[in-house]
Amino acid sequence: MTRTASRLVIAALALAIAMVPQCLGGFTVSLLNDVGLASLVVIGLVLITGIGGVTSFGQAAFVGIAAYGTAWLTTAHGLSPWLGLLFALALTGASALAIGMLTLRLGSHFLSLSTIAWGLSIALLFGNVEALGRHSGLSNVPPLRIGDWSLAEPKAIYYLIWVLVGLALVISRNLLDSRPGRAVRSLRGGSILLASVGADAYRVKLCLFVVAALLAGLSGWLYAHMNRFVSPSPFDVRASIEYLLMGVAGGLGNLLGAVLGAGLVLALKNALQDVLPLFTQRAGQIEAIVFATVFIALLHFARGGLMGFVRAWRQRRAKSQGAVRDVDLATPVEALPQRQMPAPGSLLLSVKGVVKRFGGLLAVNDVSFDVRAAEIVGLIGPNGAGKSTMFNLVTRTLSMSSGQMQFLGKDISRLRQRDVACLGMARTFQHVKLRPHMSLLDNVALGAHARGGAGFLRAALRLDRREERQIRQEAQRQLERIGLGERAHEMAGSLPLGTQRILEIARALAADPLLLVLDEPAAGLRRKEKQELGALLRKLRSEGVTILIVEHDMDFVMRLVDRLVVMSFGSKLIEGLPAEVRSDERVQAAYLGTTT
Amino acid sequence: MTWDIALILGIDGLANGAIYLLAGLGLVLIFSVTRVVFVPFGDIAAFAALTLAAFEADRMPPTIGLVACVTLLALLTEAVSVLRKGEAARLPKVLLLWGVLPLLPCALAWAVARPGVPVAAQVAASVLLVVPLAPLLGRIVFQPIADASALVLLIVSLALHFLLSGLGLLFFGPEGSRTQPLATGSITLADGFTVSGQVLLMVVAAIVLSGLFFLVFERTVAGKALRATAVNRVGARLVGIRPARTALLAYGCASLLGGLVGVLIAPVTTMYYDSGFLIGLKAFVAAIVGGLASYPVTAVGALAVGVLESFSSFWSGALKDVIVFSLLIPVLMARSYMASQHEEEVEEVEQ
Repeated sequence: MTRTASRLVIAALALAIAMVPQCLGGFTVSLLNDVGLASLVVIGLVLITGIGGVTSFGQAAFVGIAAYGTAWLTTAHGLSPWLGLLFALALTGASALAIGMLTLRLGSHFLSLSTIAWGLSIALLFGNVEALGRHSGLSNVPPLRIGDWSLAEPKAIYYLIWVLVGLALVISRNLLDSRPGRAVRSLRGGSILLASVGADAYRVKLCLFVVAALLAGLSGWLYAHMNRFVSPSPFDVRASIEYLLMGVAGGLGNLLGAVLGAGLVLALKNALQDVLPLFTQRAGQIEAIVFATVFIALLHFARGGLMGFVRAWRQRRAKSQGAVRDVDLATPVEALPQRQMPAPGSLLLSVKGVVKRFGGLLAVNDVSFDVRAAEIVGLIGPNGAGKSTMFNLVTRTLSMSSGQMQFLGKDISRLRQRDVACLGMARTFQHVKLRPHMSLLDNVALGAHARGGAGFLRAALRLDRREERQIRQEAQRQLERIGLGERAHEMAGSLPLGTQRILEIARALAADPLLLVLDEPAAGLRRKEKQELGALLRKLRSEGVTILIVEHDMDFVMRLVDRLVVMSFGSKLIEGLPAEVRSDERVQAAYLGTTT
Repeated sequence: MTWDIALILGIDGLANGAIYLLAGLGLVLIFSVTRVVFVPFGDIAAFAALTLAAFEADRMPPTIGLVACVTLLALLTEAVSVLRKGEAARLPKVLLLWGVLPLLPCALAWAVARPGVPVAAQVAASVLLVVPLAPLLGRIVFQPIADASALVLLIVSLALHFLLSGLGLLFFGPEGSRTQPLATGSITLADGFTVSGQVLLMVVAAIVLSGLFFLVFERTVAGKALRATAVNRVGARLVGIRPARTALLAYGCASLLGGLVGVLIAPVTTMYYDSGFLIGLKAFVAAIVGGLASYPVTAVGALAVGVLESFSSFWSGALKDVIVFSLLIPVLMARSYMASQHEEEVEEVEQ
């Protein structure tokens, strides 16, 4: 679908939604009000679960916190519902922040289990606090008013709900299409990937969690003033799971899927409530059974949900259409500022007496070496020599047991990976860590994360466009540098492995690094690809980039590097020019075994 | 709080802990073999309890119908999958294994559902009747998606719980019931301080069963196959262990444990069709203390949860569940810190 066509579809949808109260009866309007309220929650769930990868079984608790918050403030203290909105959002945000700080560092399925725990606890609390009316809840919540206009009628609040749903969609889309959004979309790649580009996965997750909770809170506030009554049961784990079902039904990876899923599930529920009593007297009981069955069947047969089908259709269309025009790339904007390259030959990285122990195993034993600006240093050694451990120590993925490390004259022995990434050390991964469902351009732009500063708020309000253009154009430049400029909008997952490795180098280059640390970049590459990679690295060196390379392929390394550091059994064996290393007896013995 | 009260609460907690221990063992067993967090475990326990109650009231337990329905579904699933593979010759065996075998306990239950049958037989029938449930549900619901991510399995498991509790309401109705104590009498420990026979039975049953479990796992080939599958599915497959079959065994054992939990708890708590959920979740807290992997640590966790629950119900009856579930968060944090050494790869979104 072209851009104009998709805009037309959205405009038509918006118009249809606006016409509903004029054309259809009160029942449909009430149903659509419920769909809108659920959509808000599910949009948050798409963000945190579908895109962020944190399955939450507790969103209904956030709806409840906001609903109870505003209900309590407006009934017990008689304050305006609009103050209730501020209070409800502040309360939800603060709760989400507290819960998130406690739990978001947990591993993925432990994290989901913890959401069941607090989801249950919060719902149980509502039913047991005297001030919140225990199990009978709070009634007589005032309706919303704008001036003299009361929004008590379903038809009146309908517009407010759907305007808010529209806003939530726009804000979420803006958010995903931005610097923090790229980090959000990369969360499933793991925290090491994010740290390697200078982002903090925990912080990104926390912000996203709060955003999702705030959307749930908005829904809760509307719920309280629409129904004018709150009780504990709509906020329990069962409700949370129903939201999850809506998300899955629509397609958890897609924002519009949230609205579709909410609509589908609530319409189905309504239909069941209408139809089942015709056949049985126990309609209420059967409804729950049918519902659970549909959910299970959905997860068995269509895990992509409704939007999964739409996506498949669009991908087929996109293939036949060819190149995409990208406004951000077409608008001229000044380039991102670049780091001053250090003078060739000056000391860039110095490793002194580094030791790493894993329990009783001495993986790296007292290794020292220097890397000087604008040279290529190779780190080689037979299997099990401790190269990868050394690599992880240099990039600060692992902490060392003792020793010292300096980068740009600064002690980095205690820094984390994220911090050295921000200082100008960029890395690639032995097992490629790209985001297969993101475009080449987005993958490379992720590398420039630390060069931008736009946060969630600026992204949501689209105040980041200048910086975003700079980042995307920088990414495009890096893609052109490695010869993939024409394919910027293809998905990274469609590339062959060799090209993916090169793409990782482009991502590292987008960070404007002083030191590029490459982990076996030639592994899995064909001869021609290796030659191209070698040419690229030499070109980078001539531009002043320093490269430390861990590699297995002797031939490739010997032709490329200025100096070699050879490791064997955790210790440094020798350091010198390729020719010296090649003729050294100890190296030959380490690789081929000693002859006695 | 006086020492007397503390002692009474402690004993009470011990009895709770015994229940959570058995349930926790079942959960760990299923999780370690199949990666499924089997939320419906508690429902199976509740069904066993309600079955026993029906026997006592001289009614035909509705569980028979329930098990028969699930059997029919599983039989269809299995038959379709066999036919799709073009192995029609295996159909008679399938019919025997998936159609007839699960109905045997139903026949037994039908036979003992009359006045004058000894209680022991009814208890045994109640436990046996629910044994086919977990394996059949595992076959219908989990085996087709055995390779899905742990999170998808968890979501399906929760949905299955809601399905079962819906069925529970349909088959058993909303009334709660409590059964006669299995053991009568009491033991006087000190002056004025007694332990009822039922509590003693619960604790002894938990100790004996977990000991038996330990023996089966350490000493038998089937137990070793279960452990091997838990450690490494691919590796187990390479040495000739069939994961689907081991999974069935795990479901079967867990179902048996669920049935035992049900008949043990029925005399001390009024059971409703949906009472199982909270029992399962608390056992789950215990299982997570054990990292969903270690049986001994799960036992310690079960005792801790049981005692904590009984003490917190003394301080605030209404908030006791809040306290127990909130405990889960610090436990998860501790576990996560212990396991934070290796980066966990998050699964790709399925689309």
